[in-house]
Amino acid sequence: MKHLLTTDGLAEDAATAILDTADELKRTLLGREVKKLPTLRGRTVITMFYENSTRTRVSFEIAGKWMSADVVNVSAGGSSVGKGESLRDTALTLSAAGADCVIVRHPASGAAHRLAGWLADVGTSVVNAGDGTHEHPTQALLDAATLRERLGGLKDRRIAIVGDVLHSRVARSNVHLLATLGAEVVLVAPPTLLPVGVGSWPVTVSHELDAELPALDAVMMLRVQAERMHGGFFPSAREYSIAYGLNEARLGLLPEGAVVLHPGPMLRGMEIGSAVADAPQSAITEQVRNGVHVRMAVLYHLLAGEGEQ
Amino acid sequence: MAPRPRGATEPAAERELLSAGDVARTIARMAHQVIEKTALDSTGAIPPVLLGIPTRGIPLATRLGARISEFSGVDVPTGALDVTLYRDDLRRKPTRPLEQTQLPGTGIDDRVVVLVDDVLFSGRTIRAALDALRDHGRPRVVQLAVLVDRGHRELPIRADYVGKNVPTSRSEEVSVLLSDVDDRDAVLLGERR
Repeated sequence: MKHLLTTDGLAEDAATAILDTADELKRTLLGREVKKLPTLRGRTVITMFYENSTRTRVSFEIAGKWMSADVVNVSAGGSSVGKGESLRDTALTLSAAGADCVIVRHPASGAAHRLAGWLADVGTSVVNAGDGTHEHPTQALLDAATLRERLGGLKDRRIAIVGDVLHSRVARSNVHLLATLGAEVVLVAPPTLLPVGVGSWPVTVSHELDAELPALDAVMMLRVQAERMHGGFFPSAREYSIAYGLNEARLGLLPEGAVVLHPGPMLRGMEIGSAVADAPQSAITEQVRNGVHVRMAVLYHLLAGEGEQ
Repeated sequence: MAPRPRGATEPAAERELLSAGDVARTIARMAHQVIEKTALDSTGAIPPVLLGIPTRGIPLATRLGARISEFSGVDVPTGALDVTLYRDDLRRKPTRPLEQTQLPGTGIDDRVVVLVDDVLFSGRTIRAALDALRDHGRPRVVQLAVLVDRGHRELPIRADYVGKNVPTSRSEEVSVLLSDVDDRDAVLLGERR
């Protein structure tokens, strides 16, 4: 594996290999005083974030450092991007400076793919840490790891993705990955927040959250992405919350053992009730914890072997 | 990136070095040696911790532990220690899947740890195991038990308990078969394919 750009087309055995590696990493690091593995010693990982992020950037940085890679963080604000350098030139500069892996987040869909194309000749791996409204593959992998852990497997499990699917790269990545791993995916959203072409996705679509809840193994709440909304997608925040927010009453409709996920950052009181986010069904902090192990696994699969050039 | 089967590729023209009966007798003899060397039969002795190195070191450690318990009457904690993340040849080969690491609840601090592997060859796996151990704790003593020592060491490492010394050439391959993961117990010698 050279790059991780998308979960669309990621083979089941490749995805399972990453998840299995993450499980073993989690187990081997459990209860250790020294959380440091020598595996990626001498490898350089550069994170390049053109959009705000807390958990993803921190999680990648910790993952790299726990595996002894040298991790350098570049943010658009403090770099030559502010002077007008193009994405391509910045990428080539970072690669020339010695990056074995570039982890990129960018507001434009497809940015990671373009980057991988430009870096094809130099052997630098690219990880997509979120490109516009397109994909966020490591988030989907950590969601799958969390669901596997809580539910014992994903085959034939029924999982709803609820909310702003239109603007959500997390939803896109999850739809493909969960379908590949054998889960049934239901998208629950108002018609205005579903993308054109959703009919060709391996999912069923519903507009009624209450009708879906009793049959679910897991429900994944999405953040309403106000920063990407230019227009009227729903009448008011309050109305959205009443129709699609996961409140305590709705939590009661879920079967026993069902799991609540949220990729974060969450807007308590909007798409998810505050008490729900802290309920025992919620796996939100586990998602963050698993994120580190999953990203370690991704770096391991991209950087530890001999490479496939 | 798909997991590949590891170890015990049966050599093309193989010769049986140890039969199933030989394997059982060899493990029993090694068990007696461990009991003697760790003074396990004396009163108040703290039993050693056996850590198998995947893949075949794990069932080997389990069997050795069972024999030691049987002969000494003392329960011996066993576990598994994967060394993949500590190997020095990761970049020379395609990505390897990780194996299981499972330390016994007793921990390894201030204990006698016996690493258990099927074949001792270059010594690089054991070097990696020693590094891995250091990250898990601080044993009082670390010893090494192998079913077969085939020579060709590349590092200053030797085993404390050896089932069988087998002089080999580098072009040969030693395969240990254990009924836990294979169809039978045997040690085979053949030409590398």
